[in-house]
Amino acid sequence: MTFEVSNMVLALPEMFMLAMACVILLAVAFLGKQGANAAYGLSQLTLAITAILIYQSLGETGLTFDGTYVKDAFSDVLKMAICLINIAVLLYSTTYLKARDLFKGEYYVLAIFSTLGMMIMVSAAHFLTIYLGLELMSLCMYAMVAMHRDSFIATEAAMKYFILGALASGMLLYGMSIIYGVTGNLSIATVAEVVQAGGLDNTVLSFGIVFLVIGIGFKMGAVPFHMWLPDVYQGAPTAVTLFIAAAPKVAAFAMAIRLLVEGLGDAQLYWQDMLIMLSVLSMIIGNVVAIAQTNIKRMLAYSTISHIGFILLGLISGSPEGYAASMFYALVYSLMSMGGFGMIILLSRQGFEADNIDDYKGLSKRNPWYALMMLILMFSMAGIPPLIGFYAKLTVIKSIVDVNLISIAIVAVLMSVIGAFYYLRIIKVMYFDTPEQHQALEAPIDMRLMISANALAVLMLGIFPGSLLALCASVFPL
Amino acid sequence: MIALSDFLILGALLFSLSVAGIFINRKNIIILLMCIELMLLAVNLNFIAFSHYSGDIAGQVFVFFILTVAAAEAAIGLAILVVLFRNKHTINVAELNKLKG
Repeated sequence: MTFEVSNMVLALPEMFMLAMACVILLAVAFLGKQGANAAYGLSQLTLAITAILIYQSLGETGLTFDGTYVKDAFSDVLKMAICLINIAVLLYSTTYLKARDLFKGEYYVLAIFSTLGMMIMVSAAHFLTIYLGLELMSLCMYAMVAMHRDSFIATEAAMKYFILGALASGMLLYGMSIIYGVTGNLSIATVAEVVQAGGLDNTVLSFGIVFLVIGIGFKMGAVPFHMWLPDVYQGAPTAVTLFIAAAPKVAAFAMAIRLLVEGLGDAQLYWQDMLIMLSVLSMIIGNVVAIAQTNIKRMLAYSTISHIGFILLGLISGSPEGYAASMFYALVYSLMSMGGFGMIILLSRQGFEADNIDDYKGLSKRNPWYALMMLILMFSMAGIPPLIGFYAKLTVIKSIVDVNLISIAIVAVLMSVIGAFYYLRIIKVMYFDTPEQHQALEAPIDMRLMISANALAVLMLGIFPGSLLALCASVFPL
Repeated sequence: MIALSDFLILGALLFSLSVAGIFINRKNIIILLMCIELMLLAVNLNFIAFSHYSGDIAGQVFVFFILTVAAAEAAIGLAILVVLFRNKHTINVAELNKLKG
């Protein structure tokens, strides 16, 4: 095995992030109680510099580390998105943590390691890299959910998340071992060549694919593998829910693309039907059950499940346009869910979580500006033009219609109509009910600016969606 | 001579046992953690068998990584278990019922 120095440059952003994660860990260990502020500052700096490093190296592509790590346009765009999303996520969550007694350095150490795991997953070119990235991301998130050690529901959520997450990893690994047995290879590109050449035992291959799809379904939170998602979203501190809801979904989407499209693209016949099941069930269960929720975190969890159903639609289409549409949806979803959970943090304060829908009564009379921001986010999630959520739904449904899967497209449209109900209910509560509380917002100015920028970005991208659409399309050449 | 299929059947049996253990067990979270370990070991057996019979070493290297990650996973699982026990004073799976709906 040759190990050239020039190869290492391709992984520079990850290496920088790893080094900085160790620095932050040491800073927290040595500074003790004062370490949290340093950890917060260093984490934001790390994410920003990593994003810049990725931006500077745009266009360079190649395989490195003996074919286990790939740098291509797809990984660059997603990694940059993950860094930028996490900058905003850390800003929001710091407001939450500072208001409680949870502002500790550990949160930031775990967040940075978890981000590193996501970046490794996105850049994986080998089953081993996918597995290691996935575990690095997940293990950090289990610990983050349990961070509020005295909370009953947070520890219960952490235990459920851990058990089901480990089960999902086991399923994924079993699938990988079967695929390894059939193709004799662990490298994704070689697996793709072997599958394309044909002559494999198709029964065993499809057996392996079943387990891979189950593993991916668990990690994304698609029905019927969604049981953990509402419990974890509701039980975890909102700062952690926000972290789990945004960037990891982008990474899970990248994992699905790497495994199913790049590795097993020629075996699409076997995974397409399974994904159709997952996608249709996710859209139906997610949207219908969300209507019955009174806790807004739980409601957004079911809304996430339905969004995952839409993201899977693009994969089902099996065309480059479909993959680009899915990627667009995944990025837009993270932007919107970040805003949604950020809004919960903005309205909450010590001793008041603002996680019941009733807590939003009459928000427009108390804080007209933030009620407007929430209105933009909710309309966008419901898919109402001219907001960005509309274009996301439009492009995935268009990609499905292009391959003549009309019946699935009809289900998707019907379900987005049903879904509009519970988003509109929040808006109704905010604008037409009388307020029950009159306490002023306590959030600091940086949080207020960021949440406004987030919601306005949803609006601006909705009016000018062209550049983001073109960016996603450029990643998947025809 | 032991055939490849014998190893695979053993691996599949262990894997099914562990999945059944996770879903049937309603009493003890520690048994759940043991089932998760068993599941990863079943996967390891698969990897080693395939690796041996195809003469490709990569599968065995993969097993070392799985073993290492499994150790880290067990550490986090037990840590969460301790925190949970301190809050609830029980490790009964059936009593993890605060979150529903």
